[in-house]
Amino acid sequence: MSQTDFDILVIGGGPGGYVAALRAAQLGLSVAVVEAQHLGGICLNWGCIPTKALLRASEINHLLHDLEPYGFKAENVSFDFAKVVARSRAVSKQLASGVAHLLKKAKVPVFNGYGKLAGLTADKKRKVSVTAKEGATTTLTAQHVILATGARARTLPGLEPDGNLIWSYREALVPETLPKRLLVIGSGAIGTEFASFYRNMGSEVTLVEVAPRVLPVEDEDISALAKKSFEKQGIKVLTSAKIGSLQKAGQTVTVPVEVAGKQQNITVDTVISAVGIVGNTENLGLENTKVVVERTHIVTDALCRTGEPGVYAIGDLAGAPWLAHKASHEAVMCVEAIAGKKVHPLDPTKIPGCTYCRPQVASVGLTESKARDAGYKVRVGKFPLVANGKALAMGETDGLIKTVFDEVTGELLGAHMIGAEVTEMIQGYVIARNGELTEAELAETVFPHPTISESMHEAVLAAYDGALHF
Amino acid sequence: MATEILMPALSPTMTEGTLARWLKKEGDTVSAGDVLAEIETDKATMEVETVDEGVLGRILIQDGTQGVAVNTPIAILVEQGEAVPDSLPPHKAPTPSAPAQEAVPPAPVKAAVTQAAQTQPPKSTRIVASPLAKRIAAQKNIDLATVKGTGPHGRIVRADVESAAKAGASTLSQLPTATLPVAEGTVQTVPHSGMRKVIARRLSESKSTIPHFYVSVDVELDALLALRSQINATSPAEGPESFKLSVNDMLIKAAAVALKRVPAVNAAFTEDAMILYDDVDISIAVSIPDGLITPIVKQANKKGLKQISQEAKDLVKRARAGKLKPEEFQGGTFSISNMGMYGVKEFSAIINPPQAGILAIAAGRKQPVVKGNEIAIATVMTVTLSVDHRVVDGAAAAEWLSAFRSVVEAPLSLVI
Repeated sequence: MSQTDFDILVIGGGPGGYVAALRAAQLGLSVAVVEAQHLGGICLNWGCIPTKALLRASEINHLLHDLEPYGFKAENVSFDFAKVVARSRAVSKQLASGVAHLLKKAKVPVFNGYGKLAGLTADKKRKVSVTAKEGATTTLTAQHVILATGARARTLPGLEPDGNLIWSYREALVPETLPKRLLVIGSGAIGTEFASFYRNMGSEVTLVEVAPRVLPVEDEDISALAKKSFEKQGIKVLTSAKIGSLQKAGQTVTVPVEVAGKQQNITVDTVISAVGIVGNTENLGLENTKVVVERTHIVTDALCRTGEPGVYAIGDLAGAPWLAHKASHEAVMCVEAIAGKKVHPLDPTKIPGCTYCRPQVASVGLTESKARDAGYKVRVGKFPLVANGKALAMGETDGLIKTVFDEVTGELLGAHMIGAEVTEMIQGYVIARNGELTEAELAETVFPHPTISESMHEAVLAAYDGALHF
Repeated sequence: MATEILMPALSPTMTEGTLARWLKKEGDTVSAGDVLAEIETDKATMEVETVDEGVLGRILIQDGTQGVAVNTPIAILVEQGEAVPDSLPPHKAPTPSAPAQEAVPPAPVKAAVTQAAQTQPPKSTRIVASPLAKRIAAQKNIDLATVKGTGPHGRIVRADVESAAKAGASTLSQLPTATLPVAEGTVQTVPHSGMRKVIARRLSESKSTIPHFYVSVDVELDALLALRSQINATSPAEGPESFKLSVNDMLIKAAAVALKRVPAVNAAFTEDAMILYDDVDISIAVSIPDGLITPIVKQANKKGLKQISQEAKDLVKRARAGKLKPEEFQGGTFSISNMGMYGVKEFSAIINPPQAGILAIAAGRKQPVVKGNEIAIATVMTVTLSVDHRVVDGAAAAEWLSAFRSVVEAPLSLVI
């Protein structure tokens, strides 16, 4: 008889859940994971990782069609779309098996099935019932239950994915053919990444955003530059746009879009709906508990505790920002708190966000306007990548680095980047922000030459005495 | 063997001082008696001498650092050719008010000097705080030594400083300029010197805790002025034996004689008892560019006018140069504040605790006085005695003033 009683049970094996289990095992706690579908969650299987694999392929396609400035010439460049998609799936599969291996190495049992809270035992332990695909139900018990069931795409009425003309991210990750004409609704991270992928693979892409600017959570300067760059690549960008009722006709769909009172009909082969996500709070056995759900997410305190003693929620399920690294960080914090360690609550303004559209976008902390709205007197520094030697050498000059400092204290309130490989560089500013460095330490830091990261230094200098190279 | 040079206590009451300037550099060879640095305390600038010989290995506290707590290591002295350790295990418990952000971080020390360190890990007085926390603390005038850190390994982070500020943590000093709304462009903010802080603290304490009362009397100076002229006429024109008594020198002596006659005023109040002094040590208030200081003419009752005059001149000169030793301005049993040279008619002074009295001397001015039934011209000055009523009652104060007036008006007792 295998073990059924644990210190901690984790429901959900994504970047929140499996990391929670690994950390618990490290701390010597007995722990198990309940997973209904696939270890690694959306991130590894249907999110972060497979999209990066696709975007890499599309970047190669873009370069193959832009060889001339580098002195190359290639004719009859072509690709096998099925292979492009297959590679993305293989990458996901490899990583997911890596997660299975890590859990095995840490001696964490994985129960395949749908887990839900099922009351208390006589000695006040939490019961979790696990229903396997075949219908068999097992009951497990634990002192603590961490809910990490993640989120799924939000669907708007009339925009429900139909597996044919209307896609969510799921279908968009495993296309059978490349749509000739594509309309992407929503210009957040998911929308812009798919817009970039399909555009760089050769689709005609229209990107529609209801807000006045693309990437609406980013700094306004970054949104403006992103829009300009998307348009330069041939993406049609419509902001402040309202969508009417879709009309499907055979293998095409016509979308009425209203911008500034002007109506237009856009006919495409495929529509991708990327209008946000909702938490997976259903069928978790939350009835008869004190767990509170607000707007599809579980309400927690700063240490991921729900209203129900011994029940915790982490990651996408527990609310924004919907980022894998936020889930993993909460996982570690939550488990350490359970283990009695001293932990530090997560500060959302210290969580970086990355979008892998072309050019990439990365940011941490407050945007300039949010900082001003919060009452800060700010100093802003900007440095365009066109003035950076490495960016020029790479032929990747579309980009901007922007810093926002508190004029009074020198605190780095926010940093905003758009350009090649900025997602790899944002951590520098995150470390600065987390370590509470001021402009003085950043200005004194030696950045290596020649790198695009030098622009990060220049953007700090620009906020004070002025950039040296612009 | 490397040794630490600690911030010296230049007086029994000194808790911190400013490291004004280093006179030796790192790497300089020093021998016993060499002056290493100048320390500015609340009242004076003092020299720090080394008692050992060796090489000044590392300066830990830089020039101009304020608020360096007594016993904070300020430098490391090593032997010729010895490697310089980054820090040494402290000899004493860290002083809470140590401005440790200036101290160097603890780092692995070289094997040669780590015998002690290995048995007891080095405990540093360094305050671990983020740069942002340090800056906000400085802006809000919060002493980081009083802030509890909640960051990794107890590091003080911004939130700690902000909650300390909200809780009203001990600020480095309660400066009114930090909170007063100031009109832009119309004021100049001058940070307080150590002396200004001490003046503010001691005089506020005096005026708010000591029940002062004041007794004034007019004193005729003509006889004293005549005697002064006679005595000064005996001085050689120049040379080491030459001297020139000032009116103030004679009044110091007069006060000393009066204190011997009415010893109840040569006293101090403590919670448990009244202290009556035998010696008469007279503190003389000297104004200096950034405040005032009270050097002491000790045992003025036992000294002749010439000696008092020479001592007072020397003390005033060194006071203005900031070169007094602590024992030369700390203590005293009675004070004199003379503003005669400014022509003031009369004023009252604040007692210099723990003394019980201070005599405020105004300008001598020629004015008509009634002598018998005649009006005559005399040089008259008004003196006001401020006394601590806990120690000296009205009658004793009046008696003392009367004695002082007799001595000044019949000044031969100053020379016997």
